[in-house]
Amino acid sequence: MAHVSLSLLEQSLITGLLAGGLYGLLALGLSLSWGLLRLVNLGHFAIALLGAYLTWWMGTALDIAPWWAGLMIIAAFFVYGIALHWVFMRFGVTEMQSMLITFAFAVIVESTLQFMWTADFRRYETAWGTQSWVVGSLYVPKLSLIAFVVAGALAAATWAWLRYTYVGRALRACAEDAPIATAFGINHRALSFLLSGLCAAYAGVAGVFIALIATLAPSQIWAWVGVVFAVVIIGRLGNPIGALMGGVLIGVCEALTMAMINPSWAPLVSFSVLIALLLFKPRWI
Amino acid sequence: MDLTRDRIRVIAGLIVVAALMLIIPATSIAAYYIAFLYLIFFWISMATSWTILSGFAGYWSFGHAAFFGTGVYTAATLATKFNWPFLWTIPASGLLAAALGTGIGWLVFRLQRLRGELFALITISVTFVVAAIISNTDIDGGSGVYLISVSMPELFGSQPGTIYTLGLFLCALTMIITYSVYRSRMGLGLFAIHDDEDVAEVKGVPTFRYKLGAIALASGLAGAVGSVYSINVSYVTVGETFEITTIMYPVVMSIFGGSRHWLGPALGATIVTVALYGFPAGPEAALARGGVALGLILVVLLLPEGVMPSLRRLWGRFAPQSLVPIRALPEPLVPSPRAEEAALAARHATVLECKGVVKTFGGVQALKGVTLDVRQGEILGLVGPNGSGKSTLINVITGHFRLDRGSITFAGTPIGELPAHRVARLGIARSYQIPRPFNRLTVLDNVALAASFGDGHGEDDARRMAAHWLGYTGLARKAFDYPPALNLHERKFLELARGLAARPRVLLLDEVLSGLNNSEVDEALNLIRDIRDRGTTIIFVEHLMRAVNQLSDRVAVLDGGALIALGEPKDVMNNSEVVEVYLGKAHAT
Repeated sequence: MAHVSLSLLEQSLITGLLAGGLYGLLALGLSLSWGLLRLVNLGHFAIALLGAYLTWWMGTALDIAPWWAGLMIIAAFFVYGIALHWVFMRFGVTEMQSMLITFAFAVIVESTLQFMWTADFRRYETAWGTQSWVVGSLYVPKLSLIAFVVAGALAAATWAWLRYTYVGRALRACAEDAPIATAFGINHRALSFLLSGLCAAYAGVAGVFIALIATLAPSQIWAWVGVVFAVVIIGRLGNPIGALMGGVLIGVCEALTMAMINPSWAPLVSFSVLIALLLFKPRWI
Repeated sequence: MDLTRDRIRVIAGLIVVAALMLIIPATSIAAYYIAFLYLIFFWISMATSWTILSGFAGYWSFGHAAFFGTGVYTAATLATKFNWPFLWTIPASGLLAAALGTGIGWLVFRLQRLRGELFALITISVTFVVAAIISNTDIDGGSGVYLISVSMPELFGSQPGTIYTLGLFLCALTMIITYSVYRSRMGLGLFAIHDDEDVAEVKGVPTFRYKLGAIALASGLAGAVGSVYSINVSYVTVGETFEITTIMYPVVMSIFGGSRHWLGPALGATIVTVALYGFPAGPEAALARGGVALGLILVVLLLPEGVMPSLRRLWGRFAPQSLVPIRALPEPLVPSPRAEEAALAARHATVLECKGVVKTFGGVQALKGVTLDVRQGEILGLVGPNGSGKSTLINVITGHFRLDRGSITFAGTPIGELPAHRVARLGIARSYQIPRPFNRLTVLDNVALAASFGDGHGEDDARRMAAHWLGYTGLARKAFDYPPALNLHERKFLELARGLAARPRVLLLDEVLSGLNNSEVDEALNLIRDIRDRGTTIIFVEHLMRAVNQLSDRVAVLDGGALIALGEPKDVMNNSEVVEVYLGKAHAT
């Protein structure tokens, strides 16, 4: 550890902070659907990766710019989110069942991706993919910073929406006690469809950035499970700002582990944090 | 109705089938089929062992791969680095995996919040942590371990034959163990935990110990299976051992086949394995995996109980009548009087004593030092406005809540610190204001569970005893129904029957009369009097003043967590403080 220079430490702090933005973006939709709809959506990671693959495919095979691809994906995912919620409502799916179903759904997406584009790594080469701003001796990759800013903006907007608008307050009331909220005239069904659609759309946003920043492989779905669940629980369920802050915390912890100990130990950090949280702070959930 | 003989017959049947299957490798059948059968044994063992904890008790684990992987690497390490004879690595792998499972259970099962999806999350995390540790240390080192040089015991002819035999042995062992748990008191307890863990504990089920036992068996079997797997593949890697399919398939197969039946996972494992490995590797394999996942979604949505229960229903409809077990109520067993009941002469002796009982929730004191004695053979009415602490007091006495200060003594034994199931076994039972039956156990089994765990009967006697109490409460016709099919009146009487079947010395009744109509109330009052006359002391919480006045020998009044009056009904009802609480200050003078 004595060999770690100060600038390496600072650089890994920045890397971790920005990686945390992406975690926060992924956590946002999961946190909202778990906290406000009481549905644990493991398929969230799968559709985020699906979004990434679609962005890459449209960009390389069809020559569609990522922002246009992103718009299409977000719209399509919004519709998917509504359809998913319709299935859940139609069959009266419980929290535990939702986890199994979305787990199976994630496997279907994974095997479809593998069937379509093989298990090989894919990389979306763009002109701005490798550009960075240089601040002193530190590199700040542009795309990661943009992802972080978008995550921050979405988290803040969602927070304000839940906090200050009628729709947001109604959603929180439904999460507390749906029958009572309904008795007060809140249209629970319509609102939950809207929220489910939004959560899926957020996964689409995350997917676009994943395509631009990361290397893609179908098994990547599972690498996120521990990290993002840890983030969601640290940030507290249904709290958008918390999701972002949890993402930053985990991202920085991971980056420091990579810089100071060994990159291969990094996955251990998020899972250990998650286990410790579940054991010692179960009240947070 | 001889359950013991039933049990022996099924186990003997399993052993005979396994023994017959031993002949297969000796025939000239192609090695491919032997390997394929081993694969089926492998997945049956994994899915069936998973169901002991997760199917029976409802703690869905995504951590079976962690225990399996522990077994794989224990065997690989012992056989290659320490030159252990291979057969010895099988029990060693099982024991180490069981130790890991028990350790995790010991940490996790004491936390009430860690149920359902949080337990699933913690187990999936453990899997990745175990994988990361093995991969980053000398156990694997990231490059995998070769077992090619490990010599196989040539006990059963060829090498595939040996692996087949070991797989078959573990498969049969897993199924026998799972069946034995399913058919035991522990199995009944695990099912009760699945439906309502808090009630199970209050009815006398040692929930923590049972859950530990279940996870130890499940993880130990998975570990032993892992050891045979390691010699079969002869080159183990972290990537393949902890693959997402290893995590997922035991869950999928059990749910598919029906995870609440001992045979369900084996059925699911066979179907899924044939569907999956019927395809050669390559892009089709990925599609097959997707197909299995789609099948899981359909089963969860359309057959939430799995394939097995549907098959059993079909069997019941079309099988020859002689083969369908007749569901007759067992011969009722009338309980013999207890020694303690003979001590009815000692009426008025104190049986239960609360001294300065304090219970706080956060900053709110729900009980502010309640001191109360309950006498042998009396009916004590416990009244007070909503929020006065009546239900809290019951929860503290039965051990569901820990008390913060003070002491509770039952027949000379301090019980304030005991867990709820120990309190239940000492002879304190309760009913719930809103009935909380175990919804997926029959009415008969609901009562049998209370008789078994509260009064210490074996399964056969417990069911006969339950038949007696169902007759007593007028529910005999409903014995094989499930509680959701009962109306409120019947559910209240089921609560009562469960309380009585434990044959408590003290029975706490929490608003049994609320929601009943006038004639039903009269029926219930007679029943309660009769219960007392048989020697049971009764504490009952009630708002219905007519019942309190008619029934109680003494009345205790709680207000704001403090006892404000205790005495005979007519004295208490004229107490000015009590009148003030109920009717306001103006009437109290």
